[in-house]
Amino acid sequence: MLKIADRTFQSRLLLGTGKYPSFDIQKKAVEVSEAEILTFAVRRMNIFSDKQPNFLEQLDLSKYTLLPNTAGAKTAEEAVRIAKMAKASGLCDMIKVEVIGDDRTLLPDPVETLKASEMLLEEGFIVLPYTSDDVVLARRLEELGVHAVMPAASPIGSGKGIINPLYLKFIIEQSQVPVIIDAGIGSPKDAAFAMELGADGVLLNTAVSGAKDPVKMAQAMKLAVTAGRLGFEAGRIEEKEYAIASSPTTGMVTS
Amino acid sequence: MSITLNGKSVDLLEGVITVEQLLSHYHIENRIVIVEVNKEIVMKENYKTISLSHGDVVEIIHFVGGG
Repeated sequence: MLKIADRTFQSRLLLGTGKYPSFDIQKKAVEVSEAEILTFAVRRMNIFSDKQPNFLEQLDLSKYTLLPNTAGAKTAEEAVRIAKMAKASGLCDMIKVEVIGDDRTLLPDPVETLKASEMLLEEGFIVLPYTSDDVVLARRLEELGVHAVMPAASPIGSGKGIINPLYLKFIIEQSQVPVIIDAGIGSPKDAAFAMELGADGVLLNTAVSGAKDPVKMAQAMKLAVTAGRLGFEAGRIEEKEYAIASSPTTGMVTS
Repeated sequence: MSITLNGKSVDLLEGVITVEQLLSHYHIENRIVIVEVNKEIVMKENYKTISLSHGDVVEIIHFVGGG
């Protein structure tokens, strides 16, 4: 069970809602994933053109926890403004702090992320900052009182998987709040690996929405997160340099 | 009366004075939206009472897919 602030969730998979080929596929993928937390972005409505369908408005909102992000913000102040807009909907009080500091890599700005997190905590939000794999930043954020830390596996949308498992492990080891590996997951093995490292959850979007069959990939990710978590809880065997026979070495019928 | 609405300058028809009337005019009164007037969020319970003024900067925002 994943616990964030005072909320509990059965699923450890958090799903993004961007860039699906169609609403129909998206709806099925979300269902199959069994994710309970869905991320969204906050944007201007296109009120001057014909009404376009909106995915969020088709959801049974009683079944999901919305996790809006502050994507688009480049400063703490912009992030706070977006977060307040999201909260004013009356639908959510959780916020994924996402303050991008570099357009090419989409890596987060650590200084602005820290500042935004502090301001949003003061405003009473449940704060989940998206960060790089910086161990000290994760600790500083936890000291501020954030409700989870969300280090990236690798750059957003890159699908490169976990490029620095050691630092993610350091973050997981030191954290008393949930650690959710966010961004960069490419395939089910990445999600399972994140969970085997001891992460409390995985947040992914493009890995599912950009897959050839997003619905099938949603199922694969659900299973990978579950498998990885079970593997972590079970405690894997130690690695050894040479073979050790699994069958008894006595009582051979050939001797 | 003209306002800046989602970055575009628009002339409001007579009778469109409050936030509620603005939303109805664009047929989005039943949609999930957030309204900001001059960078101040307008809470739903104030849609009826907040009147728009010439030169106001209004943003109508909603949730879209994102990661």
